[in-house]
Amino acid sequence: MNPATAAPLGKDLVGLENMSAEQLTAILDTAEPFKEISERRIKKVPVLRGKTIVNLFFEASTRTRISFEFAEKRLSADTVNISASGSSVVKGETLVDTARNLEAMRIDMVVMRHGASGAAQFLADRIPSNVVNAGDGRHEHPTQGLLDLLTIRDHRGKIEGLKVCIVGDILHSRVARSNIYGLLALGAEVAVCGPPTLLPVATDELGVQVFTHIDDAIRWADVLNVLRLQLERMEGGYVPSLREYNRVWGVTNARLEAAERDLLVLHPGPMNRGVEIDSDVADGPHSVILNQVTNGVAVRMAVLYLLAGGQPERAEAAKEGGEG
Amino acid sequence: MSDKLLLKGGRVVDPSQSLDGTLDVLLAGGHIAEVGAGIDAAEDARVVDCAGLVVTPGLIDVHVHLREPGEEHKETIATGAAAAAAGGFTAVCAMPNTDPPIDDPAAVGYVAAEGRRAGAARVYPVGCISVGRAGGRLALVGEMVEAGAVAITDDGSPVMDSGLMRLALDYAKAFGIPVADHPEDLGLSAAGHMNEGIVSTRLGLPGKPNASEDIHIVRDLLLAELTGGHIHLQHVSTRFGVEAIRQGKARGVRVTAEASPHHLVLNEEAVNGYRTEAKMNPPLRTARDVEAVRAGLADGTLDTIATDHAPHHYDEKEAAFAEAPNGVVGLETALGVVLTKVVGEGVIDLSTMVERMSCAPARAFNLPGGSLAVGGPADVTVFDAEARWTVDPKAFRSKSRNTPFAGWELQGRPRLTVVGGRIVFEG
Repeated sequence: MNPATAAPLGKDLVGLENMSAEQLTAILDTAEPFKEISERRIKKVPVLRGKTIVNLFFEASTRTRISFEFAEKRLSADTVNISASGSSVVKGETLVDTARNLEAMRIDMVVMRHGASGAAQFLADRIPSNVVNAGDGRHEHPTQGLLDLLTIRDHRGKIEGLKVCIVGDILHSRVARSNIYGLLALGAEVAVCGPPTLLPVATDELGVQVFTHIDDAIRWADVLNVLRLQLERMEGGYVPSLREYNRVWGVTNARLEAAERDLLVLHPGPMNRGVEIDSDVADGPHSVILNQVTNGVAVRMAVLYLLAGGQPERAEAAKEGGEG
Repeated sequence: MSDKLLLKGGRVVDPSQSLDGTLDVLLAGGHIAEVGAGIDAAEDARVVDCAGLVVTPGLIDVHVHLREPGEEHKETIATGAAAAAAGGFTAVCAMPNTDPPIDDPAAVGYVAAEGRRAGAARVYPVGCISVGRAGGRLALVGEMVEAGAVAITDDGSPVMDSGLMRLALDYAKAFGIPVADHPEDLGLSAAGHMNEGIVSTRLGLPGKPNASEDIHIVRDLLLAELTGGHIHLQHVSTRFGVEAIRQGKARGVRVTAEASPHHLVLNEEAVNGYRTEAKMNPPLRTARDVEAVRAGLADGTLDTIATDHAPHHYDEKEAAFAEAPNGVVGLETALGVVLTKVVGEGVIDLSTMVERMSCAPARAFNLPGGSLAVGGPADVTVFDAEARWTVDPKAFRSKSRNTPFAGWELQGRPRLTVVGGRIVFEG
């Protein structure tokens, strides 16, 4: 195959690990022309006309599911939503059967969120349709990683050389893993900061720095990506109380003001105001949290377009029906 | 029909008698009748030409799961015993974590009877340590031994209560049986699905740290020392665990221990891609741990190679990693894997392999066999150490196919398995 016209992604988007800087940049660049679609009065282009996409959500999700759905609809795909949140369906054998049934209905793409790490790979290995991982357990959430990259690039003009610290519950976070892989591939310096009970083992072997004090992290970083602290972590005994978490690791205006540079603050949502992030930070000048949400739709359009065989350099033309 | 069998001209390797040479072995009346050079075949004896083959005391696996009663879709005593014979094993010890568990003499008798009925490898029942394998009260140990149990264990689960383990080690002394333990502190590992380390971090899977195994190994050694009982540590997988056992032996603790073929040749990287056929408990550890297990096998810290044969139906393994059960089958690949990857790579020699797979298991569990001494049971394994073959799970006698070795090119495979003078497998 001619590398110039080869699809920049393979069949699936399972994770950002093992993705090259060129591939990541191609996705981010492809997202650029798609941003404008959402600003139109009639937010619809024929890029994926005739494609059937199943949004298969085994775990509750509002933001990610809606973002994918908007991306699909604005590209004119036909979509079906399957929400299977609850306990009885999160079984492996159901996943096998679900995969076979979807395959039998001759669909084109599956966007899946699942509580088990590896579920996206599992599905991708078993069906010929394109699989997009919308979050698998604590493994990866690649489109969140991509939209974070795009948002950082929008505001700082580059990724390379930036110091980005991911703050909070790294252990259970698929967002953290996708961010780490994507940022490292694009040449950023990456650190994590959080309670030692919520940092995975061997984090340093991933090539990231580790801070346990938030003030040290803020002093070091150009960008903070603040993760949600799930209430279950307190119940699981990882941190004694949310109040204590806020006191020790919370990102507050007072802490940001002590920093010598103008930090960019991201948060994948949904936020626990007053726990991992204070409202004056979330709503303040450092925050690009709503830009992330807007970029999420564009990035997901880009991923769907590329997986469907689209070429990055033809995205602009495809939008206008040139390659419908 | 005669019951005489003459195994002619093979390389006889029997460390129990320091034998290694081209000899004949005559079996008669279910016993070893004669071992020597140039034995004349009696007219009524069946003669098997063993030239170019290796003849050893029958291989014994002290750790298998035959799943019956209760999970016959994975394995039965009959299919498990047949798989054992096809793997060159003349005897296996069946773990009691069935449904219901083997925790009383009637259940032990059932396993023994089904084992005899299978007519393949001998099946020795192992009873539970605790009633219902629930970790509470001591099971009917004495009556289970009378019914044929050769050891006790709650394997599949550790004994979390140190007080119960002390009682078991003390009480078992009266019956001369080992107490086998699956060493694992569940407080550290219950949520885990693989080794805790860089691979689990990358895959986003909760891990089981080495310490979860090490803590119980050390505890068991201390309790064996306290009671004078015999602790048998199952499937040792950690470098610290190996060293702790080495030190325990040096100070006279009555301890025997196992290494499993998968822990001798695979490390945690085998899990990459969420391969459920590489999921077992204890998990595959790091390359450093594998080196330590190999060194422990070489210097005798780990006495036996035991497969921990753990069949699971493909439906159960065809799942997201966290949903899949622990365990791999091992009976039909153990000899080939050990010959190719352990003996073949110079970790131990052939004679030591026979020691670890036949003589030592017999001694550890006080079983007949493990020797070609005249008068002993006519349990003999004959294998071709040179034959090359490719592991094809579809060809297994076992009901299950969950092996991490599918497609591996191995050198060495069983040719003849003889139990009580009767050929139970010919390959």
